[in-house]
Amino acid sequence: MKIVSLIVSGIITIILVLLFNTKMVLPVPLGKLLSPQKGLWQNAEPLNENYSAKLSFPQFQGKVKVYFDERLVPHVFADNNNDAYFVQGYLHAKFRLWQMEFQTRAAAGRLSEIIGPKALDYDRDKRRLGMVFAAENSLKAIENDPVTLAECDNYTAGVNAYIESLTESTLPVEYKLLGYQPEKWSNLKTALFLKYMALELAGYEDDFEKTNAKSVFSSADFDKIYPVVMDSLDPIVPKGTEFPPPAIRVKVPDSADSLYYDHKDSTTIDEQKPDPSNGSNNWAINGTKTKSGYPILCNDPHLGLNLPSIWYEMQISTPTYNVYGATFPGAPAVIIGFNDSCAFGFTNAQRDVRDYYEIKFKDKSRSEYWFDSSWVPTTFRIEDIKIKGQPDYLDTVVYTNIGPVMYDKKYNGGRNTNQKDYAVRWKAHDSSNELKMFTLLDKANNYNDYLKAIKYLQTPGQNCIFASKNGDIAIWDQGQFPAKWYRQGDFVMPGTDSSYLWQGMIPQNENPHLVNPERGFVSSANQIPADTSYPYYLGGNFIPYRAIEIDKRLATMNNITPEDMMKLQTSNYNIFGKWALPVLIRNMQVDKLSPQEKKYFDILKNWNFRNDKDSKGATLFVVTWDSLETVIWKDEFLKSGLELPWPSESTLLDDINKYPNFKFYDNINTANVETLPDDVTAAFKMAAAVIRKADENGKMDWANYKDTRVEHLARLDAFSRLHLPIGGGTNTINAAKAQHGPSWRMVVSLTPETEAYGVYPGGESGNPGSKYYDDFVDEWAAGKYFTLWMMKASEANDKRVKWTMTFN
Amino acid sequence: MKFIVSTILIILFSFLSCLYFPWWTVGIVAFLVSIIIQQGHLASFICGFISLFLLWGFLSFWISYQNGHILAHRVSLLLFKTDSPFLLIGVTALIGAMVAGFAALTGSFVRKEKTGTGF
Repeated sequence: MKIVSLIVSGIITIILVLLFNTKMVLPVPLGKLLSPQKGLWQNAEPLNENYSAKLSFPQFQGKVKVYFDERLVPHVFADNNNDAYFVQGYLHAKFRLWQMEFQTRAAAGRLSEIIGPKALDYDRDKRRLGMVFAAENSLKAIENDPVTLAECDNYTAGVNAYIESLTESTLPVEYKLLGYQPEKWSNLKTALFLKYMALELAGYEDDFEKTNAKSVFSSADFDKIYPVVMDSLDPIVPKGTEFPPPAIRVKVPDSADSLYYDHKDSTTIDEQKPDPSNGSNNWAINGTKTKSGYPILCNDPHLGLNLPSIWYEMQISTPTYNVYGATFPGAPAVIIGFNDSCAFGFTNAQRDVRDYYEIKFKDKSRSEYWFDSSWVPTTFRIEDIKIKGQPDYLDTVVYTNIGPVMYDKKYNGGRNTNQKDYAVRWKAHDSSNELKMFTLLDKANNYNDYLKAIKYLQTPGQNCIFASKNGDIAIWDQGQFPAKWYRQGDFVMPGTDSSYLWQGMIPQNENPHLVNPERGFVSSANQIPADTSYPYYLGGNFIPYRAIEIDKRLATMNNITPEDMMKLQTSNYNIFGKWALPVLIRNMQVDKLSPQEKKYFDILKNWNFRNDKDSKGATLFVVTWDSLETVIWKDEFLKSGLELPWPSESTLLDDINKYPNFKFYDNINTANVETLPDDVTAAFKMAAAVIRKADENGKMDWANYKDTRVEHLARLDAFSRLHLPIGGGTNTINAAKAQHGPSWRMVVSLTPETEAYGVYPGGESGNPGSKYYDDFVDEWAAGKYFTLWMMKASEANDKRVKWTMTFN
Repeated sequence: MKFIVSTILIILFSFLSCLYFPWWTVGIVAFLVSIIIQQGHLASFICGFISLFLLWGFLSFWISYQNGHILAHRVSLLLFKTDSPFLLIGVTALIGAMVAGFAALTGSFVRKEKTGTGF
C-alpha cells in the first residue's frame, strides 16, 4: 500500500516538473520561465538600476568612457576610432541584442528556426530573393576597404564581448519566452542588417500586378489609372530646372512593342501585397530664413513603428570626430544626426530597382536557359532552411546571369501561379559599401565631404539632405539607379534577350540635386525627384501631398526657429483633404441621405482639414474617400479576377478633376449608367454605416479610429504600446499611421553652439522589463521633443550624467 | 520544531540550488529534507509546499516591487491575458510550492517505507 503511495506521489512530482519545464502541455515552460532566480523575473530591472561598470578587454588600444544621461542615452568618449566602434557594438548588444539578432535572422530567411513552420514561406521568400547572396556581396565590398573592415571587426567584437558575458539569468526575455539562444555576431550579420533595410526601403515593386493590369485594361485606360507622372507635382528639384544631356542613351528594345508594351500576359496573382508606405520628410533651410541666421536641418524617417525601436540614440566622440544621432542596432556609425560642423538626414527615393524577367529553361533540370540565341548554364544554390520541431527544408534556387529565379513551379510567394519561371534583378544584389557613407558623414566638415560620402550610397536610394554651419544646404537624390527606358521594369520583362536588361547606371553627377537654391530651402517627402524634363525614366511610387504642403509652408516662413520646425514636423494639416473635400461636397446628392447621414455630412462639410486626434471630420473624410475608391474601382477590378495594383488616391483625384465622364464611374454590375454624384453618394452611405458603428463604440474621433500602435517585433501585444492618442496620418506631415510613421523626429539648428531636438517612439532599452523600454512613446505621441545634448568631455561632472561605464 | 527546521532547510537549500542548478532541483531539496527529517505525510507535504510558496513568492514579489511591477504587468498580460502582477507572483509561488510539496510527500513515503520493512 505504502509503495503504491510512494509511486503515485513520485509520479505526480515528476509530472509536475515535466509540465512546468517543457512545452508538452503548456505553451511555455512555465516553471523554467517563472523561477525567480533564472527565469524572466531576472529581466525585471530595478527602477534604480545602476548602469555604471568597469570593463576590461584585451583588444583595447586606449580607454573609453561612456556617460549615460537621465534618458539612458550614452555619450561615448574614446581615445581612438576602433575602440569607439567596439563600444558601440557592446552597447547595442547590451540594450538591443534580441532585436539585432531577430532582424538579421529575418533578413537571412531564418525565422523558421525560431518560430517554426509558420515562417517557412517568409523564409523562402528571403532566400529566393537572394538576401544572403546580396549580403555576401556587400561583405566583399566591406572586406576590400581596410577602414570599413576595421570598423566592422571592432563592432562585431564588441557585440560578441557582450554575448559572451551573458548568463542564463541575464539572457534577454524574448530568448527565454521563445526558447532559443543568441548566436555569435559576425560582419555578415551587419551586412544582412543593411540588406534588411534595403528590402524595407528599396524592395517594393508591383511588376506582376501591373503586368496583370496591362492585360486587362486598354493602354489609354491603363495610363489614366497608373500614370507615370501625377498632375499634382512638386518635385524635389523645382520644375523648370535644366538638366545636362544624359551620358547614357538608353535604347528601347526593337521587340518592345510586341513583346512588352502590347503584350497581354497575366500572371494570376492570388495575394495582394502590402501598401508601399515607407515615406519620410526632410528639409533644410539656410540662414536667410532663420531667426538665428544659421541653417536648420529637419528629418523624420517614416518606418514601421516597432518596439524595441529600429533606432538607438547615442553620441560618439573620438579625437577625429564627434557625432550625435540615431544609430541602427546591428550596424556601426551614426545614421541620421549631426556633428560639430554639419547635420545630415534621409528620406526614401522610392525608385524602382527590383525587376522581373521571365526565364526559358531548356528542360526540367533547369541547368540551362535561353539567352541571346544560345543555351547558357545556370548555377544552383541549395538553401537549407532549419525549422523548429521539424526536419530541414531544402530549397534549390537557380541563379541566372540576371539574378536568382525567385518564383517558379515550386514557389510562387502567393503571387504568380502560372507555373512560369521568373528571375529577379535587384540593385541590392550588387556589391556596395553603404557603411562607408555613414562613417564619412559622421566625420564630414563641409559640403565637399558630404558629397564624397554620399557617393558610396548605391542601394537603397535616398534623398540625402545636408546643412552645415558655414551656411551651405543641399539635397541629392542619391543612389545607383538603373538608366531605364519608358516604363522599363514596370512589367515583367522577357528574360531571353539582353536588350531588356538594364543598360547602365545613371552617372552619379546626373542624379537630381539642389544646392544652396535662391529660395533658401531644400526638401523632400518621397515625391518625384524631378519633372519630365529629367532625361531618364523615373518610374517608382511617388507620393505628392506631404511635399506640396512642406514646400508651401517653408516658402512663406521667415525668421524660423527650431520650435517652428517642430510645429511643422507634427502638423496634422491634410492638404489632400483640402483638395478632395470639395469633390465630395459638390457631388453629394443630399436629398438621398437619411437624417443621420445628413448629420454626418454636416460634420464632414465643416471639417477644418486637420487630422487632429479628436477630429470627427477627419474620420469621416478618410472613410468616405476610401469608400469612393471602392465604389469606383472595385467592380472592374473584381471582374478581372486578377490581383491588380490599387490606384493611388492622388490618381483618383486627378482623374475626377480631368474626366467628367470617366468610364470607371459606371458600376458595371448594374443596368443603369452611374455618374460621379451617384458614386459619391453611394460611397458616403457606405462610409456612414462604418462610422455609425465606430460612433457607437466611441471610436469616431480620428485617433481612436486610426488606432496607432507601436508594436513589439514579435507581435506580442503585451510588449507593445497600443491605442496611442496621436493625430496625423497618410497625407499629413505628421505621418503617424496605424503602425507606421515618424520613427525619429529630429530638428538641428546649426548655430555656433548646436541646438538640437529629437524624439523616437520607443526607449533606449530593449528590455520590456525596464522603465527605459518605452519612456519616449508618450512624448512622441504628444508631439514633444527632447533636447539632444552634445556633451563635451569636460562635462563629466554635469548633473545630467547619471552613470559611467569605463572600458580599457 | 521539525516542521520549522524542515521549512528553513528547504528554503535555504532551494535558494542555493537554484543559483547553480535548474529550477526543478527545489524538488530534490524538498525530497531529501523530507527523508532526513521524518514527519507525517501531510506535514511533509505542507512543509514543502509552504517553503517554496514563501521563497518564490517573496523573491518574485521583491524583484517585482523594485521593478515597479513593470515586467509583471506585461508578462501577466502576455501569459494570462490579465493585467495582474500579483497573479503572476501567485502562480510563480504556486508552481514552486506544488513541485516541492509533492516532492516532500514522496520523500515522506520513502522514509516510512524503509521503517516499515524494518530496515
